[in-house]
Amino acid sequence: MAGCGEILLSVRGLHKAFGGLVAVRDLSFDIHQRGITGLIGPNGSGKTTVLNLVTGEFRPDRGAILFRGEDISGWPAFRICRFRIARTFQLVRVLPYMTVRENVMLGRMFGSTPAEPAQAAGEAEALLERVGLAGRASQLGAQLTYIDQKRLELARALACRPQLLLLDEWLAGLNPTELQAGIDLIRLIRSDGVTIVMIEHVMEAIRALCDWVVVMNAGERIAEGRPDGVLSDRQVMRAYLGTDDAAA
Amino acid sequence: MGAVVLALLPPFASGYVISLFIVLYANIALATAWAFFSGTTRYISLATAAFFGVGIYALAILHVYVSVPLALLGAAVVGFLVALVVGLSTLRLRGVYFVVFTFGLTELVHQVLNWWEIKINRTVTRYIFTDVSNVSIYETLLAVALITIVGSWYVSHVRLGFALRAIGEDEMVARHTGIDTTRVKVLCFAISASVMALVGAVLALRYPYIDASIAFNNTWSFQVLIAALLGGPARPWGPALGAVPLVLLSEYLAGTFPHHFGIALGLCFVVIVYFLPGGIAPLVERYYHAWVVARAYGRWPPAAASPVTGRFKAGLARLNARWWT
Repeated sequence: MAGCGEILLSVRGLHKAFGGLVAVRDLSFDIHQRGITGLIGPNGSGKTTVLNLVTGEFRPDRGAILFRGEDISGWPAFRICRFRIARTFQLVRVLPYMTVRENVMLGRMFGSTPAEPAQAAGEAEALLERVGLAGRASQLGAQLTYIDQKRLELARALACRPQLLLLDEWLAGLNPTELQAGIDLIRLIRSDGVTIVMIEHVMEAIRALCDWVVVMNAGERIAEGRPDGVLSDRQVMRAYLGTDDAAA
Repeated sequence: MGAVVLALLPPFASGYVISLFIVLYANIALATAWAFFSGTTRYISLATAAFFGVGIYALAILHVYVSVPLALLGAAVVGFLVALVVGLSTLRLRGVYFVVFTFGLTELVHQVLNWWEIKINRTVTRYIFTDVSNVSIYETLLAVALITIVGSWYVSHVRLGFALRAIGEDEMVARHTGIDTTRVKVLCFAISASVMALVGAVLALRYPYIDASIAFNNTWSFQVLIAALLGGPARPWGPALGAVPLVLLSEYLAGTFPHHFGIALGLCFVVIVYFLPGGIAPLVERYYHAWVVARAYGRWPPAAASPVTGRFKAGLARLNARWWT
């Protein structure tokens, strides 16, 4: 399949409904180690719900989520984080009245390998430099610009020392220069051995980064494969553009 | 240093001053304990009176069977356990729902105890027979207040303190950075409640008798909350700063305008909230930093805009300013 490494995360028959609305319908897919997998699909197709199920924000109605050989479905979020899955949020969530340094320290203090505050503070500086926030450590989260808040979220997630990093539209809303910087940054993280799943609408980034793409529509997987093949798939076009446009 | 002076004060002070300081220490301990949980997590609790009253009743019941120190310890433990049960069942409520619940909790405990006393024990009051002196109560409450402040300060520097603040800022993020939010919330709610129960129990030693409406008086909940907000609940030493002027003000107003006490106090609160939305603590911090800068550069005020005028303008401009900034 994706061609690199063993299976790290395996989602089997995952199902979640909110009242009568089925957000995720019997979904199955595999994520391979050290790769970047894109999770794409039109708005409302259930991508973020999948992410919330994998990270323990929601409890699945049924199905299994196998990570490092254990079924983590239904685990509380903090335990999944400590089991080395970290995430960012679709709408940026930095802690506004904590400093940039403290934001990152949290991940290090409570993530998979908890450290004392003093040690966490030291390591936070290195992570901040890595995501391009050197010199901002003492500012408040709320004082950062949009792109810098996104960088901070990424640093906080990395501070948890994840094996699997889930990015929810992390590249959305960036200008072309920032987008290129963002793409380079994600590449850098992959080169450290972190497996990445990214929900994304920016096709340019999908093409540049992803080894494998899973396409969702109305809660179901409608296609998967390498980016070039999948993005020209008729069914995928129909899901994104509607029947008439796809036929034209 | 100051603590030693206060501890050695009783032989030189009048009975009135001792009583005043007892009330002061009780308010400081309660406000600090309140802010330890509510100031950091922003789960605004109005259950101070509930745990305070539980402490009073625990002492009234226990002191008949065991020595006073043991009864006090027992009161703290009972407060801890009650809060543990309450916390486990309610800390999933957020915002105004939690506030309303904690307010109702005081009334619930009040009425249940009342019912139990009348129906089962066939009484409405309990007498407290002890020979504990006011000076002992003074020293005990001073110790409780100091330990609460120092403990709160210590926790703010370790992982638990960061967890509490993270929960206050964004609980979802806290969960997803590996913080066991339920455990942190319930544990700290219970620690805070055990201090409140202990303070109630120590104060109960001064009462000749108690009943449910003495023990569960909602005024405590509001007074403690106002003291903490006035001082600045985001810092461990903030609530103490608020409790001092509040207690002195209440004392002065009660003596000078006994009939218009409530109105005068209310007006003071409005003025305080209007001009000091963030509390005293940020102001003190600002002055301290300004003083440090001024000492380095040899002039005061250190900058063109002095902290006084700056804060005055900020107070007017930011009526909805948040106390955690």
